[in-house]
Amino acid sequence: MNSIDALKELLYKMADDQLIIGHRNSEWTGLGPILEEDIAFSSMAQDKIGQSEHLYNLLNQLGEADADTVAFTRNANQFHSSKLVELPIGDYSFSLIRHFLFDFSEYLRFEALRSSAYEPLAQVSKKFFGEIKYHTMHANTWVNQLGNGNEESHRKMQESLNYAWNYALGIFEPGPAENILVDDYIFIGEESLKNRWLDTIAPLLKKSGLTIPSEDTWKPIFGGRTGLHTENLQPLLEEMTEVYSIDPSADW
Amino acid sequence: MITEAYIREELKQVKDPEIPTISIVDLGIVTGIKIDNTDVHVTLTPTFAGCPALRLMEDMVVDHLNTNNNLGNVSVETSFETTWTTDLITPEGHVAIKKHGLAPPRRNCSNISMEILESTNCPYCDSENTSMKSPFGPTLCRSLHYCNNCKQAFEGFKPV
Repeated sequence: MNSIDALKELLYKMADDQLIIGHRNSEWTGLGPILEEDIAFSSMAQDKIGQSEHLYNLLNQLGEADADTVAFTRNANQFHSSKLVELPIGDYSFSLIRHFLFDFSEYLRFEALRSSAYEPLAQVSKKFFGEIKYHTMHANTWVNQLGNGNEESHRKMQESLNYAWNYALGIFEPGPAENILVDDYIFIGEESLKNRWLDTIAPLLKKSGLTIPSEDTWKPIFGGRTGLHTENLQPLLEEMTEVYSIDPSADW
Repeated sequence: MITEAYIREELKQVKDPEIPTISIVDLGIVTGIKIDNTDVHVTLTPTFAGCPALRLMEDMVVDHLNTNNNLGNVSVETSFETTWTTDLITPEGHVAIKKHGLAPPRRNCSNISMEILESTNCPYCDSENTSMKSPFGPTLCRSLHYCNNCKQAFEGFKPV
């Protein structure tokens, strides 16, 4: 694998994560438990899908197909997203916990990529970093409020954290040629990112009264980055691409 | 002789489609103007990556400049080279945002915190006695607030 292929692999997994979590967030539109939360998840969906488009555009500049073709014509086994983002929205506590775990990983990823040696990626990362701050602030506010809420809210948040944890560790599945990206100062690598993530979220979860599962139970759920997905991704793609499949020239 | 200042004046006629009181120049998204004899190339930077008005604004720039018979070929591109922040909004832009009933964003030097959002003055009565209801509003660039003084819900232009 040469450095262009390694870079494409990094861009694909970031873009696919953004698109899929964006679609999941949009599933709260009209269903949020309160109006402000409905708007929040809808806005975050719009941010993330917009960011995915710009990442697909970077891939397009590297010779891949255009954004719509890439987003709407691949099957699940061609997606590089982590398994965490494709899980159904579930109970609101799960959506909030996933939002917290995933968005802090993105926040730190974009933070690091702001100084990437690959200038086009550094430029978009600076932009996305400013936007994602609102997502992490939102996540942290709710995790804190419900983690420290009443017995029921605390129990639901803790159960969701326990369930999501190994999936969240799966975000950091190492890439096949990450050493090239690290050597070229393009990306710090998944392992370093995971360590920054743990250092960031551990004190926040503690403040929220929540306990990270004990380290001897950690079993990262990998596979997503190489196209091995849960049964949840293909139905999501079918729903997302329904209009495009009926009429690829449809404009909206 | 076509100058950058001349084009900048022209572009003050092009308004943000979501906040029609502010021009794209005062919004701070015009990051480059290149002139070659009578040909003009304009560079815009996106406000938010997911902003649906992005392409519309590109078209509006081309359409507007094409109405000027002094100009030759007009082209526009969007680039992330300059990162847009709300600090790029001009003082005239702040007045225009307020005129639309939105609270202008505080200068933040990219240090965004809940505290900055919470200390938003009411655009109607200027009171500091306001509460932030949600950092997300009806469009990506707006937050929701309530003024405890004039008992009015209002929206703020989100600092980024």
